[in-house]
Amino acid sequence: MEELNKKNIPNGTEDTEAPLDKNIRLMSPTRMVVRRFFRSKLSILGLIMVIGLFLFSFVGPLVYTEWGETELDRSGTVEYAFAETTYTVNGTEYTVRQTIETNLTDNFLAPPSEEHILGTDDQGYDIFVRLMYGGRISLTVSFLAVFVITVFGTVLGGIAGYFGGVIDNVIMRVCDVLICLPGIPILLIISTILTASDIDAKYRIYLLMIYLTLFSWPGTARLVRGQILSLREQEYMVAAEAMGYSTSRKIFKHLVPNVMPQLIVQMSLSLGSMILYEATLSYLGLGVQAPYAAWGTMINIISTNNDILQNHLNVWVPAGVCIVIAVLGLNFVGDGLRDALDPKARR
Amino acid sequence: MKKETSISKASATKGYLTGKEIRAIAKANKREINRLEKYKNRRAKLSEFTSEMKNDGNILEIEDLHTYFFTEQGVVKAVNGVSFDVPKNATVGIVGESGCGKSVTSMSVMRLIQGPQGQIYSGSIRFSGAGDNEVYDIAKMPVHEIHRIRGKQIAMIFQEPMTSLNPVFTIGQQLDEVSFIHFPDVTEDDARAKSMEMLNLVGIAMPERVYKAFPHELSGGMRQRVMIAMALVGNPRLIIADEPTTALDVTIQAQILDLLRELKDKIDGSILLITHDLGIIAEMADYVVVMYAGRVIEKGTVEEIFHNPMHPYTIGLQRSKPTLDSDSDTLFNIPGNVPNPINMPDHCYFKERCDRCTAKCSGDYPDMIQVSPTHFVACHLWGKEEQNG
Amino acid sequence: MLKYILKRLAYCVLILLGVSLIIYFLIRLMPVDFIQSKIDAINQGGATVSEETVNAMYEMYGLGDNSFSGIMRGYVNWLGALAQFDLGTSFVYGIPVVDVIIEHMGISFIIALIATVFEFLIAIPLGITAATHQYKLRDYVVTILVMIGISLPSFFFGQMLKNLLSLKLGWFPASGLVDATSDYGFWGLMGQYVSHMFIPILTIVILSIGARMRMTRTNMLEVMNSDYIRTARAKGLKESKVINKHAFRNTLIPLVTSLAGLLPSLFSGAIITEQVFDLPGIGNIALDAMNRGDIPFIMGYNMFLALLSVLGVLLADLMYAVVDPRVKLE
Repeated sequence: MEELNKKNIPNGTEDTEAPLDKNIRLMSPTRMVVRRFFRSKLSILGLIMVIGLFLFSFVGPLVYTEWGETELDRSGTVEYAFAETTYTVNGTEYTVRQTIETNLTDNFLAPPSEEHILGTDDQGYDIFVRLMYGGRISLTVSFLAVFVITVFGTVLGGIAGYFGGVIDNVIMRVCDVLICLPGIPILLIISTILTASDIDAKYRIYLLMIYLTLFSWPGTARLVRGQILSLREQEYMVAAEAMGYSTSRKIFKHLVPNVMPQLIVQMSLSLGSMILYEATLSYLGLGVQAPYAAWGTMINIISTNNDILQNHLNVWVPAGVCIVIAVLGLNFVGDGLRDALDPKARR
Repeated sequence: MKKETSISKASATKGYLTGKEIRAIAKANKREINRLEKYKNRRAKLSEFTSEMKNDGNILEIEDLHTYFFTEQGVVKAVNGVSFDVPKNATVGIVGESGCGKSVTSMSVMRLIQGPQGQIYSGSIRFSGAGDNEVYDIAKMPVHEIHRIRGKQIAMIFQEPMTSLNPVFTIGQQLDEVSFIHFPDVTEDDARAKSMEMLNLVGIAMPERVYKAFPHELSGGMRQRVMIAMALVGNPRLIIADEPTTALDVTIQAQILDLLRELKDKIDGSILLITHDLGIIAEMADYVVVMYAGRVIEKGTVEEIFHNPMHPYTIGLQRSKPTLDSDSDTLFNIPGNVPNPINMPDHCYFKERCDRCTAKCSGDYPDMIQVSPTHFVACHLWGKEEQNG
Repeated sequence: MLKYILKRLAYCVLILLGVSLIIYFLIRLMPVDFIQSKIDAINQGGATVSEETVNAMYEMYGLGDNSFSGIMRGYVNWLGALAQFDLGTSFVYGIPVVDVIIEHMGISFIIALIATVFEFLIAIPLGITAATHQYKLRDYVVTILVMIGISLPSFFFGQMLKNLLSLKLGWFPASGLVDATSDYGFWGLMGQYVSHMFIPILTIVILSIGARMRMTRTNMLEVMNSDYIRTARAKGLKESKVINKHAFRNTLIPLVTSLAGLLPSLFSGAIITEQVFDLPGIGNIALDAMNRGDIPFIMGYNMFLALLSVLGVLLADLMYAVVDPRVKLE
């Protein structure tokens, strides 16, 4: 023991540290966060759910190529109907028997089978395949929207918090106004405007989400501003000031890393609500339009068709389940991240 | 090349726990916490936690107390085999640096250790109750029996008067509550009268107004007086004051200390005073317990500790106290820090900071050595001499 | 106090000005011929939008005049009308928008009120149990259940419940507010309302419990770690009293405040739920109005919602001063 100590002391680089402390091995900060995250079984479950859905949506269509997103199943069955008509010509009765052949070109509302894993919808599209394509749109749109909102919010909130004064005042007042705007009703107006200006159905949802981001950044901006205001009070920022660091260095080296944890948590939690938003818009028929698929759009049909609602669960339930899995997974992950990144966390 | 990177990687992770170790720690913690929690929540008969005092002159006897915190990084032995007594009608001071376990000791007595990580691991805390002559072993009491002791027999004054009062209740409501808890058939008027009496006793000028006030309307010193009044309502035999003056400014400190000293005579009880300020100890205490890294390293009467300190740490503590008559311009300080309490070594914890180390210091942790009937020290310097002599 | 409220009210007016600006310009983004086509569609559907109403609207909003001064004049005109609570005349209903809102607000309000009461009654005890049993089985079960609640899309869950409870099992009627039979007595009518509102309220409660429960849990955990809880324990209070009196009273502060913040949602109607169950609430009416291009109603409804949320924020702040003795309004 003594020998060990003698050896260690000259080699030790941190002389100021008490030698006793060298016996102690702690967890590295990264490992601590990772460990805290993975300690919770719910976070793991959430991660699996999210990754699973991503694979399903983005890799799935490459593997399962039986049907396309907008490919109709035209193998419809042929139906025969018989008709009998009786004519009386000059007192004699003639009976004409007629066979009517109806060719149902689209195989719609087929039950789940080997050919169509989850059956087909009322148009004859393969539901399983549309789930995958719908996932692509829903996930892409939500991630993009959250990303844009975060960038907007961070920049504007950061500017407001860092510079203060008039700039802060203006940005925060704009926030106040935007927060008072009712969400879905405003989107309904915007959607009407989009309809009026003949936007291609494919890009409509993206435009809609861009408008949504214009109204949704204040939450993030307030968070970032609050963080920066409290950080500015901290001694190390005063120290940075005293050292004469440049503004950009102060912001990017000292402030941003400190805001990151809250931002990451906020992002993962708002991803879930963004997916719900997108699904709701699509359900109302404002988002992704037929023939393209989105999870919300796939449920839309039941608001008008009671038969499908009651008797063809395979048409709409899978899409709903997908939404629930996505949102639940993201919420679990967000929750786990919050616990893992919270410095005050006990246990 | 490859070898080098692997070495640098190893040295980068050196000082950090590996994943395997972390999992092992977590598993062990879980097992221990579950066992201790189960023990805490058990239903127990009175006989299971009653005990006998070793000395009838004592009101509190702490023996070989271990209070551990089971953290992700390992077990923190915040209190590691502490033993001392609090005699009747005496003031005992516990002194030590921050993080030495003195607050945890007092919290253990009140059973206020934050679970589930914090647990009393073993040892006994014997307390001789006032009325019923029962001696309770607080460390073995099940959780639902604790209210027999808290507030009525032992009261506690906390370090932070600013946050220790519930912000949404008036001072009056919070004081009266103590009466309602401990004297079930008290009327509202009686409770109020008692609260007023206590507010008067702690020297509050306008008790009527303070009674109706909310905590945020009072100053820090006033709040600490209210805390003391609250501690007195239940007529406790023992008051634990955990750094009662640390958060207050100097003039208020003196007033509060005077108040505590007066009160001890009035209530005919004992005080357990926890502080890092030797001046306060010298002024207030009859007996002193010096703690270092979760252990008692020296204990004795106040005269013995101040006039004949024996442990190098106690000596260092006294030398680091500012005095007017010293010639030196600089304050003495003990080099180094209190060791991190995970994975404590087997040898004396003070060894690395001690200027009087001997070869023996690398051996086992020194035992408590009795120097006089009341004076004990845990240091190899003295053990050796005693053996020789 | 009074001065503070007046100041805040003035600020509210300012925010409403901002909101009105945005709403007005959004509406102005719609092409005029599109509006005309919508009006034609309404006319073909049987109702008649009188020439007079349309002209009044054109005049009111200054539509058709796309010069800068035209737009500004339109905005000022509209604001002037707004200030007198004149939101114009609805195309679809042919009566003033204010009347339409008042007529359909009641049903939305009743549903939201009952749902909110149940939400609080269920969520608060759940949140407290979860917090006091943190990291124990009970905490996990409650957390997972409410998380699923949060994650359910309202339209999907509403349709599921409707399918199961009314279409499959036939326990409750599927849509509307009363069955299409003739007259009921007073109690019969009440019974009709209850049975028709049961599933919608159930849907709203299950979806909203989660957020409230998590809020309670977080606050409770924070409070339970505070010094005054330690003091309460040190006094000798039993744990149940510590939780139900000292901790709960402090947890209540943000909860009561959030109650005030709920004001808008009480009157604004649950658009999706009302749509799913085809209830004649304000939300469903608004959705219909949007689809049919009822411009006066759309603008009026949006302003109404903005007014509610501004008042909600103000009320929440005032509420803070009522529940938390530390907060003084100045």
